[in-house]
Amino acid sequence: MASIEMKDIVKQYGDGFPAVNGVSLDIADGEFMILVGPSGCGKSTLLRMIVGLEDITSGDMVIGGTRVNDKAPRDRNLSMVFQNYALYPHMSVYENIAFPLRLAKTPDDQVDRLVKEAADVLELHEHLERKPANLSGGQRQRVAMGRAIVRQAEAFLFDEPLSNLDAKLRGQMRTEIARLQRRLGITTVYVTHDQTEAMTLGDRVCVLRKGSIQQVASPRELYEQPVNLFVAGFIGSPPMNFLPATVQGSTLQTPFGPVELDERRAAAVAGRDLLLVGIRPEYFEDASLVDEAKKHVGTTFTAKVDVTEWLGDQQYAYIPYEAPDQIRTRLRDLSKELDSEELRTQAIVSIDSTSRIREGREAEFWLDTRKVHVFDPETGENLTRDAEAGAELTRMAVEDREEQVAEASGGLTGDRSSGAA
Amino acid sequence: MSTKEKTLWIIGGVLIALYCLAPIAWIISLSFKAPSDLSNAQFLPTTASSENYATIFTGSGSDLFLPALRNSFGICLIATFISCVLSMFAAYAIARLDFPGKKFILGTALAVAIFPVISIVTPLFNLWRTIGLYDTWPGLIIPYLSLTLPLSIWTMSAFFREIPWEMEQAAQVDGATTWQAFRKVIVPLAAPGVFTTAIIAFFIAWNDFVYGISLTSTSASRPVPAALGLFSGASQFEDPTGAIAAAAVVVTIPVVVLVLLFQRRIVAGLTNGAVKG
Amino acid sequence: MTTTEARPTGASVPARAAKGGASDRAKAERKLGWLLAGPALAVMLLVTAYPIAQAFYDSLFDYRLTDPENRSFTGLNNYLVVLTDQLWWQAVGVTALITVITVAVELVLGFALAMVMNKALRSIRPVLRAAILIPYAVITVVSAFAWQFAFDINTGFVNSWFSWLPGVDPTTDWFGSFGSSLLVICLAEIWKTTPFISLLLLAGLAQVPEVLQEAAKVDGATWWQRMRRVTLPNMKAAIMVALLFRTLDAFRVFDSIFVMTAGANGTETVSFLAYRQTISRLEIGLGSAVSVLLFLTVVLIAFVFIKGFKVDLAQARGEK
Repeated sequence: MASIEMKDIVKQYGDGFPAVNGVSLDIADGEFMILVGPSGCGKSTLLRMIVGLEDITSGDMVIGGTRVNDKAPRDRNLSMVFQNYALYPHMSVYENIAFPLRLAKTPDDQVDRLVKEAADVLELHEHLERKPANLSGGQRQRVAMGRAIVRQAEAFLFDEPLSNLDAKLRGQMRTEIARLQRRLGITTVYVTHDQTEAMTLGDRVCVLRKGSIQQVASPRELYEQPVNLFVAGFIGSPPMNFLPATVQGSTLQTPFGPVELDERRAAAVAGRDLLLVGIRPEYFEDASLVDEAKKHVGTTFTAKVDVTEWLGDQQYAYIPYEAPDQIRTRLRDLSKELDSEELRTQAIVSIDSTSRIREGREAEFWLDTRKVHVFDPETGENLTRDAEAGAELTRMAVEDREEQVAEASGGLTGDRSSGAA
Repeated sequence: MSTKEKTLWIIGGVLIALYCLAPIAWIISLSFKAPSDLSNAQFLPTTASSENYATIFTGSGSDLFLPALRNSFGICLIATFISCVLSMFAAYAIARLDFPGKKFILGTALAVAIFPVISIVTPLFNLWRTIGLYDTWPGLIIPYLSLTLPLSIWTMSAFFREIPWEMEQAAQVDGATTWQAFRKVIVPLAAPGVFTTAIIAFFIAWNDFVYGISLTSTSASRPVPAALGLFSGASQFEDPTGAIAAAAVVVTIPVVVLVLLFQRRIVAGLTNGAVKG
Repeated sequence: MTTTEARPTGASVPARAAKGGASDRAKAERKLGWLLAGPALAVMLLVTAYPIAQAFYDSLFDYRLTDPENRSFTGLNNYLVVLTDQLWWQAVGVTALITVITVAVELVLGFALAMVMNKALRSIRPVLRAAILIPYAVITVVSAFAWQFAFDINTGFVNSWFSWLPGVDPTTDWFGSFGSSLLVICLAEIWKTTPFISLLLLAGLAQVPEVLQEAAKVDGATWWQRMRRVTLPNMKAAIMVALLFRTLDAFRVFDSIFVMTAGANGTETVSFLAYRQTISRLEIGLGSAVSVLLFLTVVLIAFVFIKGFKVDLAQARGEK
């Protein structure tokens, strides 16, 4: 197990295009780090540079205190789960898992024990003699993980390991991976474009955009205190709503009425003209269902509902709004960058599932203004980000995590180390 | 599919099989005709006779046919082996490595494949006479490479391309050296492709006629097709038809055996879709 | 690990690596590539490029192997002799005729075969595939003999079996005249090489997704319309490649001619002419000129195909 440190990592292809552009990132020993971003952001390239399948144009890659830039993959002692699993089709499941051990010339009895252990952990026992071709998607995925955990690797690397599974299986495997990583307490770098995986798995999440890091923080911090429009728009599902706003003293004029800002945020936006205000869907509520005691911390407005979606446990309402061309273009560019298709300017609003708000009618909504963020439409910068509060969130996450790891690996470290020899 | 349609496809299939196999059946039937039977103007012999086989294996034709058979096997196997080894490395480079000149190599292979053999037979004829390769095994093996190599390179690089890149990288991450990754992962995956390529290359070499009649003069190196082609005019007194038919059947046997083996390879290749998994 | 960093997007751009200034790995890869592919390339060039250059050189001389003393430089005179000789043009005509007939018939027949194989029931498909591979794998000389003996006036059964056809009776000598000789030659060639074409076309057919057929069916297309508007356009590449390879192959026809007629009755093809000039008559100079001309013709055909019909040769890999 080891820490991974990256200093100013650059990957430039032959045509001069920088796929990764000056990334510096420290991943602590035992940490679960997520690399996330839309396609083409350089996350997979970065992972492949860690494992050594991709040359590093410049910068330092340090694993466990050793600079590994010029080391071959086999000398880095990392294990990786590939997107398509890369199971060797001519070998049985057993031999697939045993492969790294065989390469390391491990004695047969030890190979057998380690493979059986890994198979136990992943519940692969009855499949050991089968060929990968005869396995289901989830089973193949588990074999790939078995191959990764069977040896004492410095770190696990995952390259979009769940993207070939259907939604249900993806959820199951996600918890499986989380459980496994916690048990083994091994440094893990996990690449995904799926923000749900990023939020649920990572101790910290590194959001990448066009080869550059946008923000590295705990999922909570990313969600509550994003640094810019890009991160704010990428994290969260349904995504954050961005409404045009103009400043009048400490009040923002939005299509949904005035939003009062507290002192700190008012100071941050003072003197600005046109702004974007970011509101998460759950900051809204059906006004008729809001507790009177709570009402004063937000504002109330009426709007015409276009469509509602009732999902049983929750309900979404879509409210179209008008925006100036400048904002419209900005939002279109943003959604293109985030790999999504935003066709119209509309707000997605989460309301209680018992709400009787109907499509096509005017309805009264309540907006919790305490957590809204204000962004500069030009630079995308979050003007109202509270860095201290954010850091506190991440610090708390780290504490929680350390406790969890200590608990989970307590009984396990013993037999793992005896197997290491 | 309705029963009627089914019957229709079966009839179509039977017709194809008939079309493909009738001439082979004819030459087999002919080979069993006794000399008196040859002109019976019928498809089948009146009584089956092994006389023609006796002629080519132990009789008057044996000193012509047996060395030719040995030459054919030896020369074709060696040429196949050499071209497979060479093209295995070349195809690996083409499918796996990024280097300038890939296109040039494939282009050259293509150009060589469409080359009219007869155009180069004349200069080779001259050269071989000068340097003493005329009528020797190497004198045929070398030109055979011009037939087998281009095809082997194309076929094999197509096979190699289907092996996913990731597999080799996964092996390297698992701790394999480049050589180990090649030997333990790529070779087993590539073996069916190499084997199939070898069979096709062997067919091509086995089929050669132009080099065989042009670059040999005696049974020291003359392969079967050339021996067959020149046998027809060998004797004015004896009708060679039966002997030729028997010899033709004998040289067709290995080919048919290989086709059946080849067939199994294809079926295995189709069902073992693990690589695509 | 508690640092939360946000790097600005415009981080310093590192010194741009010189164009083509490859890393060590890329360099090593390039070297390995040539190391592995080099021998095969060298052998290919050695066995073809050198001889064809030699042939061109020889073609500039008046040179008979039986009379090496009188070897003399004649420039392009040999070409003049060949190109003004009716024998050459006759051979070109016959070769072109055989090529056109066989390739046209093979294309149609091969397509029918491919269709049947594509649709054939799973259970009989392996049998069919094995059957179809046999003509492809049988030696051309053997095939030529089989067809020759079948039509032969003495040993054949065709005359008696098909005597109900007008003009066929026990005394019909198929190899006695140009037309009938050519017919048998073409039949033998077609039998031998149709499977190859049909396998190429089958690969092309398999590339046309079944769902396209279904979509066209739903759109109301008849069988013929589906064939013409969906299937054929989608397998154009496969068809062109099959056509190219077979045309070039047919143009080099030699074995069957040698076995069946030895060029009698005006059935001499270009390859056979070249062979006769050099190997039989030892006219190295003239024969080389014919060889070079044949080579140039083949190059021309290939060029016309590739440029004119835009054959995508990338489709051809592994199909032969």
